[in-house]
Parts: sequence; C-alpha cells; structure tokens
Amino acid sequence: MSGLPERADVVIIGAGIVGNSFAYHLAKLGVQRIVLIDKGPLPNPGGSTGHASNFIYPIEHSKMMTRLTQDSVRQYKELGVFTQSGGLEVARTEERMQELERRMVSALAWGEEAQRVTPEDIKKLVPYIDESVIIGGVYFPAVGVVDSLRAGTLMREEAQRLGALTVVGGTEVGDIKVENGVVKSVVTLDGQEIFADKVAICCGVWSPKIAKMAGANIPLIPTVHQMISVGPIALFADTVGEITYPIVRDMDTGMYERQHGGDIEVGSYAHRPITLQPEDIPSIEESAFSPTELPFTQEDFDPQLQDALQLMPELLGDEKAGVRHAINGLISLTPDGHPVLGETPEVKGLWSVAASWIKEAPGIARAVAEWMTFGQSEIDIHETDIARFYPHQKSKLHVKLRAEELFNKTYGIVHPAEQYASSRNVRLSPMHQRTSALGAVYFEAAGWERPQWYESNAPLLEKYKGSITQRTSEWDARWWSPIIDAEHIAMRENVGLVDLSSFAIFDVIGAGSLSYLQYMAVAQMDVAVGRVVYTPILDDQGGFRADLTIMRLAKDHFRIVTGGGVGLMDKKWFTDHLPEDGSVILYDATAALTTMGVWGPKARELMSKVTSDDVSGAGFRYGTCKNITIGNTEVLASRISYVGELGWELYVTSDQGAHVWDLLFEAGAEFGLAPVGIGVYGTTARIEKGYRAYGNELTPEYNLPETGMSRKTVKKEDFIGKTAHLSHRTKNPVALLCTFTIGAESLDGAKGAERRFPLGNEVILTTDGERIVDAKGRPSYLTSTGSGPSVGSQLGLGYLPFDLAVEGNVFAVQCMGRLYPATVAVVGNGSIFDPTNERLKG
Amino acid sequence: MRVLVCVKRVPQAGGKLTLTDDKLAIDTKFLGFTIGPHEECAVEEAVRLVEKFGGSATVLTLGHADSVEQLQFAMSLGVADAILLDNGGAEWGPISTANAIAKVVEEMRSKGDAPDLILFGNEAPDSGDFQVGIRVANALDLPLVTGVKGVEVLDGELVARRESGAAIELTKVTLPAVLTVKEGLNLPRYPSLPGRLKAKSKPINKVSPQEKGDPSKLVQLRLPVEERTGGVLLGEGPDAVGKIIEVLKELGVVAR
Repeated sequence: MSGLPERADVVIIGAGIVGNSFAYHLAKLGVQRIVLIDKGPLPNPGGSTGHASNFIYPIEHSKMMTRLTQDSVRQYKELGVFTQSGGLEVARTEERMQELERRMVSALAWGEEAQRVTPEDIKKLVPYIDESVIIGGVYFPAVGVVDSLRAGTLMREEAQRLGALTVVGGTEVGDIKVENGVVKSVVTLDGQEIFADKVAICCGVWSPKIAKMAGANIPLIPTVHQMISVGPIALFADTVGEITYPIVRDMDTGMYERQHGGDIEVGSYAHRPITLQPEDIPSIEESAFSPTELPFTQEDFDPQLQDALQLMPELLGDEKAGVRHAINGLISLTPDGHPVLGETPEVKGLWSVAASWIKEAPGIARAVAEWMTFGQSEIDIHETDIARFYPHQKSKLHVKLRAEELFNKTYGIVHPAEQYASSRNVRLSPMHQRTSALGAVYFEAAGWERPQWYESNAPLLEKYKGSITQRTSEWDARWWSPIIDAEHIAMRENVGLVDLSSFAIFDVIGAGSLSYLQYMAVAQMDVAVGRVVYTPILDDQGGFRADLTIMRLAKDHFRIVTGGGVGLMDKKWFTDHLPEDGSVILYDATAALTTMGVWGPKARELMSKVTSDDVSGAGFRYGTCKNITIGNTEVLASRISYVGELGWELYVTSDQGAHVWDLLFEAGAEFGLAPVGIGVYGTTARIEKGYRAYGNELTPEYNLPETGMSRKTVKKEDFIGKTAHLSHRTKNPVALLCTFTIGAESLDGAKGAERRFPLGNEVILTTDGERIVDAKGRPSYLTSTGSGPSVGSQLGLGYLPFDLAVEGNVFAVQCMGRLYPATVAVVGNGSIFDPTNERLKG
Repeated sequence: MRVLVCVKRVPQAGGKLTLTDDKLAIDTKFLGFTIGPHEECAVEEAVRLVEKFGGSATVLTLGHADSVEQLQFAMSLGVADAILLDNGGAEWGPISTANAIAKVVEEMRSKGDAPDLILFGNEAPDSGDFQVGIRVANALDLPLVTGVKGVEVLDGELVARRESGAAIELTKVTLPAVLTVKEGLNLPRYPSLPGRLKAKSKPINKVSPQEKGDPSKLVQLRLPVEERTGGVLLGEGPDAVGKIIEVLKELGVVAR
C-alpha cells in the first residue's frame, strides 16, 4: 500500500464517525500532517458506525453528555446530514412517569425543550401506537436522525481540502512503537512505519486490542445490542425520506421503534447482557455482514417481540411485514458508562478517543482535539478522562461485570445515588472490619468501600428527632437514611470519627519540590514546615483543575492529599508537570497510609485522652500538622476540617489504622463519640459550611473568582493559570457560587402535598419558572444539595449570574415537577453555619 | 394438501470460511446458522401450496438439537409443525439420513397422515451431495423430479418445471411425489413478528433416529484456492458514465 507518509503530527487509527470527526477538528485547529488509517474499506470500514441506528436524543441526566450531544447535533446540522423527527419517551408505569418528570427537569436544566404528553397526544403523533398500553410520556422536539457515514465522509473530505489529511483505507495496524514511555511510530501489518508525535486510537470496540500494542489499557468491552428491521410497512409506503414519524422509546421495556424509510427498526437494551472480548471479534474477511454485525441470536430477542407487538399491534402485527434484517450489533460499553478520552497514563502521546456513540461523537472529537491542542476543551469533559481508572477498574473482569450491569440500565430508572452491585469490596479500609461491625452502609468511590452512614447510630434518631427531616417519598429516601442527619448533629454536639481511607496521597520529595509546587498551586507554598495549605490547582485558562491540601513535612518533602475519585487524574496532572531534571520525585503513598478524621467540639478532649502530645489551641494551631503519638503509634495529625469543626485528620500507616481507630473509639465513649459516615462528611456538614467539591462546584468551566475562592492577593511567583487568573480578577465574575436554603412548601400552592427533596442537578429557575443562564451560556442548577440539620433547612449550592447573586433573592428549584423556593443565603465565599468559623478556632 | 419439507441446519457463510483444527468441519465460532437458499424456496413453496389448497405443512430436519432454531424459522413462515430427528449433531452420510427420513414417512403413512408431497432442496447446502431426496424417493417408491424451478398442481397431478440447458422441461407426476427444488422457484417471504411468536408454541415432534451406516465417509475438508476476479476500472468521474451504461445494457438492467 502506497501513500503513507513517513512522518505525521497525529496518526488517527480508525475511520468511523469518531476518527473522521477527530481528523476534521484537528485540521480546523491547524494541525498540518494528519494520517487517518483503517483496516477496512471506506466509507464504511465495518465498525459500529456502519450499523448504528443513528438517532439522537439530546436528553440525559448528565450535563456533560447532554452538552456533547448538543454540540454534535449542531455539527451534524451544519453538515446537512441531520433530519429532525422529534422523539417520544413513553411510560407504561407510574414509576416511569416519575422518571420522565426527572428527565424533563434535566432537559430544562440543560436547555432542551420537553413537553409532557397524554396517551391521546401520543396517538396523534404516532398513530400506530396502541395508546391503551401507556399512561403518558414526554415529547422532545429536538430529536432526530443522522447519516453518520455521510457525516464522516464530509468531515474527512474537508480535512483533506485543508491539505492536512492523508487517508489510508484497507491497511491494518500491526504495532505501535513506544520509546521511553513516549509513542514513537505506527507500524502497519505490511511493515510500513509512520513516525508520529501523537497517535489517537479511535477504534471503537477494537480500541483495547490496539492500545495493548503500545502497552496501554483502554477499559471498554464490546457488547451486543440487538436490532431488527421490519418491513415493508404499508403506512410508510407514501412517506418521503428516511423518517416522518417521531421515534418512540418504550422505556419500560428497554426498547425503541423508529421508522427507517419503508421499514421500522426495533432495538433492544432489555435482552441479557452479551459481551465479548475485542480479540473475539471476527475479521472483516470472516464476517457474514461486517465484524460488528454478529449473527442474530433469536432466542435472546423473542421476549421483546411481544412487548413491541403490544405497543404497535397493527404495524408490527402485519403478516405481510417481515423481519428483513436482524443483527447482534456491537457497541462499546465502559465500566462507568462514560466515554474513555485523553492521553493514556501509560504512554505519552498515545490518546484514547473511544467508547463514543454516534450521538456524541463530533462533540467529543472537537473537545479532545481542543484538549490535545490547547490542554483543555471548551466543554468540560474531565469525567471522561482515561486517567480516572484505577488499575482494578481496568481489569477485564471489572469492565465486564460493570458493563453487564450497566447494559440493562440503558433505559433504566437509575437513582442519582445508585450503587453498583457487582465488583464490590475491592478496596477496603484497614478499619473495614470495625466499620462493618458498626453496621456501616457502604457506598463505593474509586473502588473503596466508604461508610455512608452507620446503622449502629440508629438510636440517635430518637435523641435528635426534632432536628431530623424525614423523607416520605420512597425515591427521595432511596440510598439515603435519616441516620445521616443524626450523625451530623452528634458530631456537631460531641465528636465524630470518620473513616477517610479513600484519600489519595502523594508525597513530593526532592530539592526541586518547592519550586515545582509553587508552579502547580495557586496558594503560596513557601510556608514553614508543619503548615497545611489548601489550594486550588488551575489549568492554563484559569479553570479549576483540582482542589486539594498540601502539607509541608520538611524542607524538601511535601504531601498532597486529594479525593479518591479524582486521585489518579490529579496524579497524572502532577506527574506530567514534574521537572525533567529528576529533582522531584512523586511517590504514591495512598496504599501505605490510611486516614481518619476526628471532629467536633469535644475532639480536643478526646485527643488529650489518647496522646500526651500538645493538642492545645496554642500548641497545635489550625492549619498546621505534626507527628504525635497515639498509644504506641506515630500519627501525622493535621488540624484542618472539611466539616467546620475543631479537629484533626490523622494519617497512620495502614498496618496500624485499625489499632488507632480502636483507641479513639474506646476513649471516645465518654465524650459521646459517634462513627460518622461520608453522608455527613461529603454532603451535610460540607454544604452547611459552603465547602466546594471538585466535580460538583469546582470544574474547569468556572474560574476562581466565580467560585468565590479567590485570595486577597496573588502570590508573586508564577503558577499555572496565573495570567488567566489575574485577568479574571480585573472584572466582575460572570457567575457566582451561592448557598441556598430550600423551602419545605412548594410554590405551586399544593399545600399538604408530599414534600419532595432535590437530589442534585435540579434546575434553578426564576419563581416564574424561567430558566436562568449566565452571559457565558451556563445554566443555573444545584451543583450539590443535602440537608442542613444544624441550620434547620434543606440546602443547596449553585451558580447564579452575577447580577442575580444577591442575598435574600428568591428563586425556585424544580423537584419532580414541583417548584420549591430557593433563597440565596450566602453569596460567594462563606457559610450559612458558623459563618465566622468560631468552631475552627481555639 | 399434506406437505413435508426437509431442511438442514448449516453455518451461515458470507465471509471467509475457516476450518476446525481436525479439518472435518467449518469453524462456526463467528457464524450464525441457517438453511440453504434452495430449502428456503422449498419451505416457501410448501406454505404457498397449503395456502392455496388447504391441508398442512410439516418441516423435518435431522441434526443437532439446536436445529430447533431452523424448524422455528420454517414454522414462523407458516409451516404448522416440525419433526426433529435428533442425532446429536453427528454428520451422517446420505444413506443414513435418507433411511431415517423414509422411516418417518412410513410411520406417517401408517398413521394415515401420508404426505402428498415431500420437498427437499436440490442438494444439501453444505455438503452438496445431491442424494438424500433421490434416496428417499427410491426408498418410498415415489416419483421424483429434481432441479425443480416451477410447480403447478391441477386435479391431483403436479407439473414440475426444470431448466435443462437451453430448454425447459415440464414433467407431470402423480401425487404423492418427491421434488428437489432450486433457488428461483419462488421469492421466499420474511418471517413476520406474529409468525415468529406463533412459531414458538408450535409442536416439535422429537424422534431418535438410528444410523444405518454409510460406506462413504468424510475424510477431510479443504478450502478452495481463492479466485480473485480482478475488477475492471471503467474510468473516472463523468468520463465513466458511457461505459457504465454499456455494461448495464449488457446485463439487461437497462433497456438496449
């Protein structure tokens, strides 16, 4: 095969919708020498793009996925390959109607039109539905279908027109060469080598196999999605074009039905999960249709036929309409349902652009092209970062178990706090036996089993019943317990002990440590040994990259502590910026150390019982850390708090964690110590104090002044994002983060109606129900929400446009179709509970 | 009319075939299963005859229990019931196969349910040995027409059409009879959804056949050397249009 250049700036492997749109966006951003290579023939090389049903609902609970889809629709429209058809989601059950209410709230939050429709309305839109089967639905006018193969061709051609792209079909990659951890070249099966600065794997279901050539791991699994095409449909005989009638999602049966010319396509996410490994996909030559269209397994689909027939009896019951095509189509599933994007942690210059579906592909391609070129993208895609996966989360077993669990949830009713059932108990705290004996209910984070609350605290419910808000709705109370509120009060009244083993801990050691961390962190890092610094970490544009604490343990030894969920992404960010001269070493101490927190007004009394070291106000000031001895164990104590109470984080070697826990627990009895879960630590106590969480309030989309976390001065030393940050400080922020109190009575006047609670991501509206969007187009919604037992109100955090962010202003949050008043209690920095931080002092 | 139609479960080829390590079978790791195109026409013809003259059609196969998939496919098109001669999936030769099928027909006869017409595909879709239909006709002492591409039934007689070189032969046989049919006999229908659902509850009569023993046996499979027919470049861009029209005329796709 000729036509392959010797050198390229970027080699893109895979010419499906992802690879084509990625080539296009790189070319538009000025990348000059791009090579797009695929083993199959163009324009349909045989991947999942070729058999996709190609319809798009820009409706998701996830803001990120909705924005990527909206951006993709915009791009498809520009290319002239999008046909708007409208789309329905129909409900057969009351529970589903509730879920559709939630989906309408999400649609409203992210700026999509949604109309509640009755069975009669639906019958008018889709005359072939038996409306007696359903109880209602939602109509989304923006839904449509796309010609994804044509879109890919147009994008490829545009990149070629710009003189930036060489396209090579029918050429299979045999190897990716890596030198010193950096990608070097791509070698084709016939032995040609293309040297490249960057290589992007856009290979859909084959991505893990290709990544393996370079020693990298892309955690996704090819999964079967069954689809049949039935025709000819008499009703469609006179329609023009691909689609005239709205697409129907029959949510309760996990199916969709959509017109495709003279046929109707019926697809299912309800059959048993069928996964296979990328190595087991047939070659192009061996495939009857294409490698990603496997032989249909009728017995898996049979139960769904009945459901489809029930909904559309006349259309699908027509004896003259036959099943003309039926496939087990392969799609990519990942262990957490999100795409897998970004530079692989294993190999510099090797990028994954994988596990993207048609609906979000051009949006993803644009975002990753920006990320590759500028270091960040306009749309925040940090949740898709391939660096997020811990090693066990990339294992074949974990990927398979989670993908199988997620498959049947494709159209499922998934609670925002819902926990996975599979692949649990992987990372256990040294205190796990203790917390387990206390009846801990575990939520998983980054593989860690974290006590969310403790059933052993149930007796506190009676004690604090006046301060605990009960939730009567099963949905609101699911994955929640009033015990969380009781633990909260117990901690604020006495003292709480928190298992914080999921912290990610990195030690930074070496002569260059200080100057390195100065450059990484916004806060001044040239502090005395024994100081603890909380600092934002910014990207080049001044957006939030991370927030974490850094302890100075010695002149050339610092310790970074960050959340487990973002631990590996933060680790990659820090590792990527290490000086090349070897003057700094970053050591991951996460598994070596465990952490627990002791907080509450009686924390000092308790600590005095277990240590003879000075823990007095004068001897152990806020914001400092030092080694103390508890029993016979040396512990690094750090006097900071994420819950707004006097107390310490205690860092112990993992082998002695349970021992220290026992000492604290026994000594704590006389002070009313309660084990306290993450429900308090991460939600109720945090929000009462207005403490921001990364991924919720803090994202690359908001800058430091907008979060209300700017310091009075900016240090003179240079740091990443400084220029942008200085510029952000010169003008009023576009939006400001606020703390809201959320009322108990709905605004719609439905007195006596069951109270509903926001659970997160609910849209913030004017009291007239109007959507609020700031000058940068960012909508207002609850970034976090939870109860505030110590302030007597449900609380929320969320951004408001600068002019609206005024204390006392009243807005509305929408919960399950009802509006509740949300009053601005705090604008910017500050907290509704203990605003002067008296509890932290002393 | 009482019709018996015989089919065989075979791998659905479409891509490059690979053989199992012992070279005695096709590797079906990536393959689905189907019946051959001749047999699809046989099933379609059986259903049409029943639709026209009344009666019922039964589908029969000999093979692995998984062949239920193919029996249900035939029943989803309108066949009333099925007979599965479950031999555990062993590859029986044509003598044993024909013998087992003839026994079933004899049993049907003894129950007063003798088929008026027994349909086969012209040859087995995989092994292609052109024998089973002929042997069954012989064993049952029934008239036989092979290579049939047209069927007309009038007053208990059947006229079968077959293409022989440049001529068309019409053969009249009395019923009961055996036909082996070829693709092109009709245009088979697709299964409808109701058909598919009904097929699930149609009866499958399971029989354990006895192997008679074939003097011939499969020694080894060998894949033919791939013949690459090189494409012909007719031209590029608008210049090619004239030549494409010529080719289309030659093929008879557009009028000369």
